[in-house]
Amino acid sequence: MDVITFHYTISPDDFTRAGEASSDVKSKLKKMGVTPEAVRKVAIAMYEGEINMVIHAKGGEITVQISTERIEMVLEDVGPGIPDIDLAMQAGYSTAPDAVRSLGFGAGMGLPNMKKYSDEMEIHTVIGEGTTIRMVVNL
Amino acid sequence: MTVEDIRKILGAKVLVGEEHLSEEVRSACGSDMMSDVLAYSKDHSVLLTGLCNPQVVRTAEMLDIVCIVFVRGKKPDEAMLQMAAERGIILLSTGHRMFSACGMLYEAGLHGGAI
Repeated sequence: MDVITFHYTISPDDFTRAGEASSDVKSKLKKMGVTPEAVRKVAIAMYEGEINMVIHAKGGEITVQISTERIEMVLEDVGPGIPDIDLAMQAGYSTAPDAVRSLGFGAGMGLPNMKKYSDEMEIHTVIGEGTTIRMVVNL
Repeated sequence: MTVEDIRKILGAKVLVGEEHLSEEVRSACGSDMMSDVLAYSKDHSVLLTGLCNPQVVRTAEMLDIVCIVFVRGKKPDEAMLQMAAERGIILLSTGHRMFSACGMLYEAGLHGGAI
């Protein structure tokens, strides 16, 4: 099978629409007959990433590539970058403002959840330039 | 138990999904923090929450949650009702507080599932 690619632009400051890309990927994967477990892993990992892009960065770009062996998600933003990745990966650590917490996010579980639900995860971040996160779910 | 059982136990009102009330629910999760809900992933579950915004429906969608129960009489807006209807997610509303609603379901045999 060829590699199928989907591309999404995540708009900034639109919390209501955050998650639309993940929702679209989820329904596409379901239709393609991907196993429910893999669909769920991709959906949760990507959704957390998408929410992060809206909360912390000014939106960004998400590319999803699907082959017979794996689903790869690359999330790129031009946000502030992550000063201390180890700290950001700790469950419960969050820099999200109170306004975000009142919306149900900012519990410091975003990155830990992304790691939990993906089989591979790499973070590349430059302060003041942005963050790129690559996640893979094996099929 | 079924969603209809949950409706009866909580004296809840059905906001969306009347036609799906016979669906089976095997575990439950109660939280206002969606990231905590996303860390929890069980099949055929119900979410009890006092949070009322579109990301609650979105979170339920990602986890294949069967039913959302809004506690303390929270009422979702029209956009949320429509989102849930499109995704086949049942929405219930109960006047009980979170702690009481969870306790009533737990007592009736619905548990959180192993962690």
